[in-house]
Amino acid sequence: MTPEELRRLAESHEEARPEPRHRIKICVAAGCLSAGSDRVREALQNEIAQRGLESECEVKGVGCLGLCTAGPLMLVEPDGVMYQGVTEQDAPAIVESLGKKPVEQLVCPSDMSFFTKQYKIVLENSGVIDPEKIEDYIARDGYTALARVLEEMTPQEVIDEITRSGLRGRGGAGYPTGLKWSTVAKAGGSRKFVICNADEGDPGAFMDRSVLESDPHRVLEGMAIAAYAVGASQGFLYVRAEYPLAVKRLRTAIRQAERLGLLGNNICGTTFSFHVDIRLGAGAFVCGEETALIASIEGKRGQPRPRPPYPAEYGLWGYPTLINNVETFANVAPIIRNGGDWFASIGTEKSKGTKVFALAGRVRNTGLIEVPMGITLREIIFDIGGGIPDGHRFKAVQTGGPSGGCIPEQYLDMPVDYESLAKVGSIMGSGGMIVMDETSCMVDVAKFFMDFCVSESCGKCVPCRVGTAQMYHLLNKITSGEATMEDLALLEELCDMVKYTSLCGLGQTAPNPVLSTLQYFREEYIAHIVDKQCPAGVCQMRQ
Amino acid sequence: MHFTKPSPPSDDKRWRIVEATMRRHGYDPNALIETLHSVQQTFGYLETEALQYVAKALRVPLSKVYGVATFYHFFTLKPQGEHTCVVCMGTACYIKGAPHVVAAISEKYQIQPGETTADGKLSLLTARCIGACGLAPAVVFDGEVAGKVTPEEALQRIGRWTDQ
Ligand SMILES: Cc1cc2nc3c(=O)[nH]c(=O)nc-3n(C[C@H](O)[C@H](O)[C@H](O)COP(=O)(O)O)c2cc1C
Ligand code: SF4
Ligand code: FES
Ligand code: FES
Repeated sequence: MTPEELRRLAESHEEARPEPRHRIKICVAAGCLSAGSDRVREALQNEIAQRGLESECEVKGVGCLGLCTAGPLMLVEPDGVMYQGVTEQDAPAIVESLGKKPVEQLVCPSDMSFFTKQYKIVLENSGVIDPEKIEDYIARDGYTALARVLEEMTPQEVIDEITRSGLRGRGGAGYPTGLKWSTVAKAGGSRKFVICNADEGDPGAFMDRSVLESDPHRVLEGMAIAAYAVGASQGFLYVRAEYPLAVKRLRTAIRQAERLGLLGNNICGTTFSFHVDIRLGAGAFVCGEETALIASIEGKRGQPRPRPPYPAEYGLWGYPTLINNVETFANVAPIIRNGGDWFASIGTEKSKGTKVFALAGRVRNTGLIEVPMGITLREIIFDIGGGIPDGHRFKAVQTGGPSGGCIPEQYLDMPVDYESLAKVGSIMGSGGMIVMDETSCMVDVAKFFMDFCVSESCGKCVPCRVGTAQMYHLLNKITSGEATMEDLALLEELCDMVKYTSLCGLGQTAPNPVLSTLQYFREEYIAHIVDKQCPAGVCQMRQ
Repeated sequence: MHFTKPSPPSDDKRWRIVEATMRRHGYDPNALIETLHSVQQTFGYLETEALQYVAKALRVPLSKVYGVATFYHFFTLKPQGEHTCVVCMGTACYIKGAPHVVAAISEKYQIQPGETTADGKLSLLTARCIGACGLAPAVVFDGEVAGKVTPEEALQRIGRWTDQ
């Protein structure tokens, strides 16, 4: 399929179905589904049928609209009204009001800063297109980047464009994507693989899930472009089994793309072939680590191995392998369409583009947001997030999950980019952002993450397996009021030991939540140890 | 060496689903995890007989099959109760009170996470994050995700299963 043919397909799709007078777009991503959006959708359809309005009124399932906490969300076009918290009982009133005055009590103000302060690249189709229809994606310029790459660009030119964009991996470490692609491209070998890391093990994060559920073709297109650039013909999507809806939509998307010759053999009539298969994760956080992920695809226990050699040279079954995160791949098509320079003009000097964050915890507007790099934490939490609810006070924001740290109030005006976050002892990570108020105890939070690391440690190396368990034990002593200052000193010593002697990223970063809470909230540790008190009233002290 | 494919442990029709998975992967030992997913989805858990059969059919040592089945949290070697309640204990849910939900259920039904009530009616499980963090605390009742769940609501939903 040439770009010209794609364009024609997109147009014929529009013509085949004349624009209905009213269109109700209802979110059918997992968040809203769990709030009953499928029942609302059915009720709306019934209501429309009953009134014989099928020809002028269409109900369309779309991906995540972002403000998941207020779900089910829907958007009425062309009225431009957004409704929140809709139930089946609201269907008659909504249909009745089409083209007239909106149903007042359901309106979600779409001019609030939650929506207006965002900048959408990765999520540009999210909440707009039906994730189960490839035609919808194509009508939004989908697959034109792939067609263009195959027709007009050499693999090296593709890599140059990605390098020029300054895109860095969105899976956590922020490694330059162009550099990684060119390493795999240069590696010799008869076969190569492209893997999409959709394990999303970070507790408190759902960016990747949302992208997969809302715009699966975007990820497939990115993978295909990457495969062309590095010379691979087989790809794997490693998805958590806990994300059944994402898996289902991906399977549908792969089938549709194959049928149109956009995946599979001789893509777009060229000599380039690329097949994609799905592999299900089985609930092990460590499988997000790239060498463990590869072991898992090979059917083994997901245990990391020392690097080098890196997967770029020695990966799946020993062949050169490119591994990128879901969001990284989702950035590829727009970069090719608009040029690397366009992407590089967004964000900061060293962190280009936008970042998707899962904003959750004690903040008014929880949900999925995409913002330009360099925005401040205060803008995210107070403008977009709407601040702390129920009259409570902001205490800290946790970024980067178990590998990250807690950032206190004094850094709220800091720009959000890879370097700034690292400077204050946290990381960007994959984009989980959990807001805490004074009802959270920071020692308890550190203990929570340590508990997570103990149960997720793969057990291969001693510093991590034994060290994290020791640290958990010490933290538990502190939160139950049984610790001494010597215990605290020992805890700090262990932080260093585990950090510098563990084999993989899990162990190397496991002490971070402890270190960052010790750095900013040391007095809370002291209160537990010396005064036998939990200032937040969370920990139960044994007398 | 000639290899005769073993037959399933019983003539339960559900084995066909597992067979199909293995066939699709050409009985490749690499397909171990995919096959275990298929067994668990079909039978609800990984019973000993099933593990032995998979080991033979894929020509993987039984020790390795056990190693893999026990390494991954998603796999369970025990049958689940008639109903399952999975409380998310990821960071967002933890901050928003998931521990209180677990405590309420634990107390009322006298089971710890990972356990099933004596009458086999209810299994209580926890998850590390089910990706519905915007709706924290999230609980999955028999496969259906519910958001912003209070301890009272959780007990009420479970009560519908057990009180009759
Ligand atoms: C313990 C551990 C867990 C990880 N989990 C994930 C994950 O869930 N998703 C992900 O994309 N990367 C994860 N990573 C990072 C990956 O190993 C890898 O760096 C990333 O997928 C590369 O893609 P990127 O360059 O596009 O970021 C994890 C790393 C470690 C050490
Ligand atoms: S650091 Fe922990 S998770 Fe990583 S290899 Fe060692 S034991 Fe396994
Ligand atoms: S899931 Fe519906 S708005 Fe996010
Ligand atoms: S933390 Fe519970 S759904 Fe993510």
